[in-house]
Amino acid sequence: MDRPIRVVVAKPGLDGHDRGAKVVARALRDAGMEVIYTGLRQTPEQIVETAIQEDADCVAMSILSGAHNHLFPKVVNLLKEKGADDVLVVGGGVIPEDDIPGLVEAGVAGIFTPGTPTSVTIDFIKDNIKRK
Amino acid sequence: MNIKAGLMKKDKRAAARLISMMENGEAEAVQIIKECYSMTGHARIIGITGPPGAGKSTVTDKLAKELRKTGKQVGIVAVDPTSPFTGGAILGDRVRMTDLSCDPGVFIRSMGTRGALGGLSKAVHGAVKILDIFGMDYIFVETVGVGQSEIDIVKLADTVIMVMVPGLGDDIQAIKAGIMEIGDIFAVNKSDRDGAERTVAEIEAMLDFNRSDEYRPPVLNIIAIDNSGITELLELIEKHWEYQNKSGSCEQKKTNRLRTEIMDIFRDTVMRTVYNLSDDTNIIDVLVQKVMARQLDPYSAADRLMEEFIKKPTA
Repeated sequence: MDRPIRVVVAKPGLDGHDRGAKVVARALRDAGMEVIYTGLRQTPEQIVETAIQEDADCVAMSILSGAHNHLFPKVVNLLKEKGADDVLVVGGGVIPEDDIPGLVEAGVAGIFTPGTPTSVTIDFIKDNIKRK
Repeated sequence: MNIKAGLMKKDKRAAARLISMMENGEAEAVQIIKECYSMTGHARIIGITGPPGAGKSTVTDKLAKELRKTGKQVGIVAVDPTSPFTGGAILGDRVRMTDLSCDPGVFIRSMGTRGALGGLSKAVHGAVKILDIFGMDYIFVETVGVGQSEIDIVKLADTVIMVMVPGLGDDIQAIKAGIMEIGDIFAVNKSDRDGAERTVAEIEAMLDFNRSDEYRPPVLNIIAIDNSGITELLELIEKHWEYQNKSGSCEQKKTNRLRTEIMDIFRDTVMRTVYNLSDDTNIIDVLVQKVMARQLDPYSAADRLMEEFIKKPTA
């Protein structure tokens, strides 16, 4: 594939901690991807609209507030409603082990918790985007 | 997904996908634009340029919101730099436009420059046409943060707004050639900061040297983040448009612009053809080796390449 992968990096919900999201954004950039950075406090609707207008291959979200069980699946479902279910959804942040199976079940393809090397996230996105 | 049918139905996904196809140089995208070209020409194209951090995205956001109040449909194409080393990019202009994301009458697209040096990306022309076909009334094109000579925006926009900030340099900067020559309107943003009046005075002094006495670009103090000066800026955009239509300079500008665009596309086609030719025959490598060995000079090598190119039947 010779086109750059396009990834929306978003911070859904109300927590203001975007250090992790910025680290990931920078790592994806250095891996040759085009990162559309949305900034803080995005609603699921805003994230989905952004993914559509930007024709993103992937939405990568970071949550440190504990609202992941609510917000991650909501983004997956809204993408489906809009017919954009060819967008890969991944999440990161402070997410308890016990919550991960449920999120994967809900359609969040990958969950990356603190300490994950950025190369793992990069490889996962490269291997799993749905459009070639 | 049928892209063309989707575009006709104002499906944002179709428009978004078509813009990606243009960015990736897919022939099918060019074909769709060819078929729909007669539908372009409706939108007003406003260029927003200026140095990094001047507030271009915030100004764009506020102008778009003002236009939305009157029901106008607004497209935004925001360009940020692509890394020349990795090909990656952080496209961060949307951060200032969050409230517009869900507005059905707004379409925002971020683009990386992907190697282009003039402050835009090659696919911006295509993206603007797509948003025009989509039915947007106004299309804002936000350039990368510019230095002194990234002036491709003049080849595209009906009106160029130069967003400046106080404290960047002295009056010598203002009289240098390049970006300071392309503004149709100067907006001095963050005008609550020290030095705003001086910046205005320096721009005005620079404008005093202009030969044309017909149109003098206005200079306006704004504080975009507080929405201060935005309605006035919009009025100045309208005035500039009226002036261009009355004076006939709009026609002139459009003719020049189209000439440049055709030549740019032609140059791209030639380059692509030559590279394809070289893929088949390795001719460029062969010529490089010959010049390296001093059997040939670079000028004659280029002549040889031209001969091969002319011989080739058009694809």
